[in-house]
Amino acid sequence: MTIADQVTGSPIAGTANAKSRTAAPAITLPAIGERELRLDLFRGLALWLIFIDHLPPNLLTWFTIRNYGFSDATEIFIFISGYTAAFVYGRAMLESGFVIATARILRRVWQIYVAHVFLFTIFLAEISYVATSFENPLYTEEMGIMDFLKQPDVTIVQALLLRFRPVNMDVLPLYIVLMLALPVILWSMKWKPDVTLGLSVVLYVVTWEFDLYFSAYPNGFWAFNPLAWQLLFVFGAWCALGGARRMSRILASPVTMWISIAYLAAAFYVTLTWYVPQLSHFMPKRIEQWMYPIDKTDLDVLRFTHFLALAALTVRFLPRDWPGLKSPWLRPLILCGQHSLEIFCLGVFLAFAGHFILAEVSGGPAMHALISLSGILIMWAMAWVISWYKRVADKSGSKTKNAVGNADMAGGG
Amino acid sequence: MKAKVLLSLILLCGGLAAPSARAEDAAPAAPATPPACELPSYLLTTDSQLHKVADTVKDGKPLEILVIGSRSTTIPSSEDSSYPARMQAILKEKLPPSEPVHVSVEIQSKKTAAEAASTFVKLMEEKRPTLVIWQTGTVDAIRSIDPDEFRGAVTEGVAALQNAGADVVLMNLQYSPRTETMISVPPYLDNMRVVAQEHDIPLFDRFAIMRQWNDQGQFDLFSPSRGPELAKQVHDCLGRALAQFVIDAAHLGPAQQQN
Repeated sequence: MTIADQVTGSPIAGTANAKSRTAAPAITLPAIGERELRLDLFRGLALWLIFIDHLPPNLLTWFTIRNYGFSDATEIFIFISGYTAAFVYGRAMLESGFVIATARILRRVWQIYVAHVFLFTIFLAEISYVATSFENPLYTEEMGIMDFLKQPDVTIVQALLLRFRPVNMDVLPLYIVLMLALPVILWSMKWKPDVTLGLSVVLYVVTWEFDLYFSAYPNGFWAFNPLAWQLLFVFGAWCALGGARRMSRILASPVTMWISIAYLAAAFYVTLTWYVPQLSHFMPKRIEQWMYPIDKTDLDVLRFTHFLALAALTVRFLPRDWPGLKSPWLRPLILCGQHSLEIFCLGVFLAFAGHFILAEVSGGPAMHALISLSGILIMWAMAWVISWYKRVADKSGSKTKNAVGNADMAGGG
Repeated sequence: MKAKVLLSLILLCGGLAAPSARAEDAAPAAPATPPACELPSYLLTTDSQLHKVADTVKDGKPLEILVIGSRSTTIPSSEDSSYPARMQAILKEKLPPSEPVHVSVEIQSKKTAAEAASTFVKLMEEKRPTLVIWQTGTVDAIRSIDPDEFRGAVTEGVAALQNAGADVVLMNLQYSPRTETMISVPPYLDNMRVVAQEHDIPLFDRFAIMRQWNDQGQFDLFSPSRGPELAKQVHDCLGRALAQFVIDAAHLGPAQQQN
């Protein structure tokens, strides 16, 4: 297994340097021939959590992080996607120039788009089936959701335009838009990383101030507003291109650590009041009114800072050379994280399929747990097969592909 | 007809079984809850109070309740078993016999919260209820109305109802596991919770309650059955829970009334 040497090539001038290998416990740009396994690990984890969150609530749902704080797997996913995309295509931009890098990014965008349309087809099949077979009088009102089937001409065109997105199919369109902006982001990062990050913050603030959004069909707006979520993506890119190293001082300071811990604890308490309403007696009404609603669409500041706190603690307590990263126990997660687009799509499909089984066969908790677990096993098996195939294909094919970094590595999805 | 017999049998069994199970409880007067309707008490707890309902009952005036809902308020072709009708029956049982209780229903099918709220002023002039139970959110979720707009509409609606001099209870969406992959419900649940908090009015969490029943196996809400039995049983339990909720929020329980 050669996870570690899939990324080879020269380091980015001026961003990766030997000093980054010192003891500072910040994420640093991986040196030549070394893959940042922590990124794969947490992206794999995010994929599993997204899968579990897409299933109806069950026992495993209690292990997903959204129950313990404000942010959830989506934040991890977008941040790491920004990080890896900037890492791979940033290198491409330095080595081959803006045009080539842009072409490669657009090729990736196309792949993600096709994946999205594929998932939409599966969704159509599922919803059409339910519409024709489910007539419980308790839910006559909810069946109004099927009304869009009466106008397939409009609906399908709107879906191809990314304006009609059924539930749970919001992440890929967000990712497509962010990747489309990536050439500009990287070009600007090459010039001045801090200014780029600053512009990203400005766009975020303007989005909140003037309530900017992407409209959707038949009405409403995108469930993940790209104008707000770009902040995490750009922040990930900024970290990948040297920002993390420059922040290592701050990340290593005990003050940061305690602020993060205090914030996470407070967030945990607040989430606890959602499940144990008796506790909300101890929540000042003022704070409640100021805090709610915690907006996911526009990436609420509380969510963003919650993610930052989590990331700060992770980076501090999980060093990049932690031996556990090589342990066979974490291998399934890392493998899934390395093929994120494929595994993400598979996860969405498995969530649909899981729903279907729960509805058609039985809905007991045992069945639920079984579906969750087998879903994760299938994701792992698929990731393993893809790795195996890539290895075989790389061996027989030319080795030149490796030199520019594998596009799939930038994954995301 | 058959269903009615079955239902009354179930109720009877519940009525027989529950008191013996709770013999050690100190409130023998309370009518029993059928086992299928059992709920953890936190789902029926609220800090907000229904002062006008409390005063009306204390003064012995008739209690006029208006349920403003949508298609999920009723069961097609068996309105008598829908939750408003069941709530009326249970309230009559639980409140003093001298207390007249009347529940009327206003169905606003396929209307969003904003569309429904625009009718409230006129509606309140006609009906003059003491308590309005406003059930909303489903149509907005299906049409994926902007949650901020939805919150604004619910806020306006609640204000209109309160200005007309009524106590208000908000009721959120049904838990519908079949359509969970198709309708995004959480933003609407959250925003209703926010409005309830801001206006200090009770929120009847129909979603959490029905999910509890499904998770605990009391009802199989995935059932594709076309018959009305499941719907009738669920509505019976909802009516009971709602009656209990109103009594608690107005502090009309047996223990509280003595004070």
